[in-house]
Amino acid sequence: MTTVQEQEKIQEQFKARMNEDELLNCMRCGFCLPTCPTYIESGYKESHSPRGRIALMKAVVDGVIEPDEDFERSLELCLGCRACEPVCPSGVNYGHLLEDARDIINQNKKHSLPVRAVRKTVFQGLFPHPERMRWTVGMLGFYQRSGIQTIARKIGFLGLLPESLTTMEKVLPAVPTMKEMKNRPEQLPALTEKVQRVAFFSGCLMDTMFMKTNDATMKLLQLAGCEVVIPKNQTCCGALHGHSGEKEAAKQLAKRNIIAFEELDVDYIITNAGGCGAFLVDYDHLLKDDPDWRDRAKAFKEKIKDISEVLVAVDFTKKVRLELPVQVITYQDSCHLRNVMKTASAPRVLLGAINGAEYVEMKEADRCCGSAGIYNIVESEMSMVMLDYKMTQAKATHATTIVTANPGCLLQMQLGIEREGLSEKMRAVHIVDLLAEAVKD
Amino acid sequence: MLSNEVKEKLISIVTKENFADSKTERLVYSYDATPNFQSMPDAVVSPRNTAEISEILKLCNEYKVPIVPRGSGTNLCAGTCPTEGGIVLLFKHMNNIMEIDEENLTITVQPGVITLDMIHAIEEKGLFYPPDPSSMKISTIGGNINENSGGLRGLKYGVTRDYVIGLEAVLPNGDIIRTGGKLAKDVAGYDLTRLFVGSEGTLGVITEATLKLIPMPETRKTMLALYQDLNAAAKCVSKIIANKIIPTTLEFLDQPTLKVVEDFAQIGLPTNVQAVLLIEQDGPLEVVERDMEKIAEVCRQENAVSIQVAATEEEADALRTARRAALSAVARLKPTTILEDATVPRSEIAKMVKAINEITEKYQLTICTFGHAGDGNLHPTCATDARNHEEMERVEKAFAEIFEKAIELGGTITGEHGVGAMKAPYLEWKLKAEGIAAMKAIKQAFDPNNIMNPGKVFAKDSKKRVVITR
Repeated sequence: MTTVQEQEKIQEQFKARMNEDELLNCMRCGFCLPTCPTYIESGYKESHSPRGRIALMKAVVDGVIEPDEDFERSLELCLGCRACEPVCPSGVNYGHLLEDARDIINQNKKHSLPVRAVRKTVFQGLFPHPERMRWTVGMLGFYQRSGIQTIARKIGFLGLLPESLTTMEKVLPAVPTMKEMKNRPEQLPALTEKVQRVAFFSGCLMDTMFMKTNDATMKLLQLAGCEVVIPKNQTCCGALHGHSGEKEAAKQLAKRNIIAFEELDVDYIITNAGGCGAFLVDYDHLLKDDPDWRDRAKAFKEKIKDISEVLVAVDFTKKVRLELPVQVITYQDSCHLRNVMKTASAPRVLLGAINGAEYVEMKEADRCCGSAGIYNIVESEMSMVMLDYKMTQAKATHATTIVTANPGCLLQMQLGIEREGLSEKMRAVHIVDLLAEAVKD
Repeated sequence: MLSNEVKEKLISIVTKENFADSKTERLVYSYDATPNFQSMPDAVVSPRNTAEISEILKLCNEYKVPIVPRGSGTNLCAGTCPTEGGIVLLFKHMNNIMEIDEENLTITVQPGVITLDMIHAIEEKGLFYPPDPSSMKISTIGGNINENSGGLRGLKYGVTRDYVIGLEAVLPNGDIIRTGGKLAKDVAGYDLTRLFVGSEGTLGVITEATLKLIPMPETRKTMLALYQDLNAAAKCVSKIIANKIIPTTLEFLDQPTLKVVEDFAQIGLPTNVQAVLLIEQDGPLEVVERDMEKIAEVCRQENAVSIQVAATEEEADALRTARRAALSAVARLKPTTILEDATVPRSEIAKMVKAINEITEKYQLTICTFGHAGDGNLHPTCATDARNHEEMERVEKAFAEIFEKAIELGGTITGEHGVGAMKAPYLEWKLKAEGIAAMKAIKQAFDPNNIMNPGKVFAKDSKKRVVITR
């Protein structure tokens, strides 16, 4: 619930802070409509389309409507997949508008006490601190290994949670031990003739829960002829904060990362998570009003590259033979990798180069799977509608392996496989894990 | 505001979940793709069938509530902007393809079907529906019929009007009528089918349509002709047609347009030339090849600096898709894009292009010109900023002059975008007072209480400002 006073404050901030040029740039042609998953799944409701949301934001700025609950609902239901951006002939930066609008609403709204406590713990107390992330994920490992997981499943405790969370609990990867997570390398040599020196952005979730994927990433880079530097003082990218209306916190994290990487003499900064990468390449926008940081952010941004782009650029598939047992594989785009980082063909090129595997393109592989950060938890219902659609398309390819390029998408696809009862026949993997599996020495 | 009584009655017809009147829901139907027009409806109603529409119209007729039928809101004449409030009628439940009749070569559809979805279903059967408005990926067939939309293939195949052969429509008094049918010939009475096509929702609500289909042409070829001289490109258009060739598509794009489109599409369009013609021909292979050779020859004679033939269908499709994005891409230059749709006889296209450039110069504006040159249908689009009132006045004067010139050359104020609220003040320029009176008499006969999309087509005053609406 927003009170009238809160609404007034939000409206004032909209007038002061929203980028009016960007809002006016939308000329309402509607080219975005067919690409918007929430527009389609809501039964073609304009209020759940990018054009509608921009018109609503502008109407709040112009004082035509108040930022009431319906307005908030329209913004909340947006996945933030940004599929509307590449198709926008006018080049409207919808993602930036959404981020600003959510930040204003969040900063001027008093959340209930439990919500505030959770937000504080997660955004300030957990993600920015690698050691605490390790501890939390370590506890998850303890849960999985100690037998508590078995007991919890047996007594039906999980039945108290929403359906998507219950299934999610089943598909979480077997996480590494605390000790494994602590001993991370800081520098790794090229294993073939050295062609590049790169830094690796390890990410918070990727370096704990998905540590094996990070290890595989570094291994592939080494095999591709890259010397890899992994600076210790890097931190969470801030995407979760930025997308949830915690922009100030995101800025602090951005600055810490810029400091961690800017002195390294590297060609690229590599990411293996589309969600992180897209937020990192937007650092120059995030810090655009800060004259001390603007140029440094720009220099940082220009080095960000997804692992798949770099592997293609250094002819990885010519240096290493890739082979898998005969199987059909398909690829689900990470929205942020595709729509923001503009990486769409590189993963397909790599997958197409694996001997033995037949690559089949999934219909609407570029449509969001419904994971979208924490969307599948907070907007579970819509998220599951999107996932069901995605699974229908995935099944139609007859693939036994669904490849993704972002941890959120990976978990969501695993969730989809579990929900369909297909875990015996189908698996979801991160692209680097599949490539590592296919490497023939 | 709707009275409680009307609101209750509407809900009893369509049920609560198909009625919305929150501020948010009304705001998002207060506009279409036309710049500078916005007006809140009182409610948004989504009927599920023709019977419900009939009930709604009877009710609105009794209480004199305006009704604005709306497809996807992509029109460019403020045709679906609810300028006088009332209810916006949505067709999201009426979006089925009823039948593709392969013996009679027809398709029967409900108005809410997305044009491109319909085209895909038709092409799966090896058939062809030529009208292809640039918004076809978004627009509905109901919207296309009401606006009589054109497209890139109009030159050879005509526009929406040429394919609508039967309609079901609800009149303001609630009567349900059927016009035409799956018939190649039908002269039983007035041609109400043609009357409803392009009527912009001012006569009744179209609830079903039967469209004519043709066999899919065997082959298609696409090429670009590049020019360093704007006039040479424009002259070449008339020259190609004078050579007794009718290409499927003959599009003109000037350099400013090429630049913004390339900025968006990034497909390697030539941005270092003054203009290009995008030319396509379809049909049997030997005919297409012969025509394309002849066209290339004419282009060279008319000083084309280079001719590029699309090597693959993907390449050709990228060119067409890029062309369709031209209007919205102009918004990359400045926030407001005001486009016009003046159309002249094909023979006059070079004179029109020249006049547009002189007028642009005179009023010191940024105008990108592109369009269906082969139809004589150009879209000079001004990139401006609605907040700059002084410049907006110059835009208004420039467009008035462009209209004037088009009519002087035997043309019209709108070729395919419609009159709506935007061009209503100029309609008399084309029709004269007598023409307006005849059309008003038709409107009066169908809709005596003026509930159907009021404020469209007919302006309160003629020759008013076209760009500044307040």
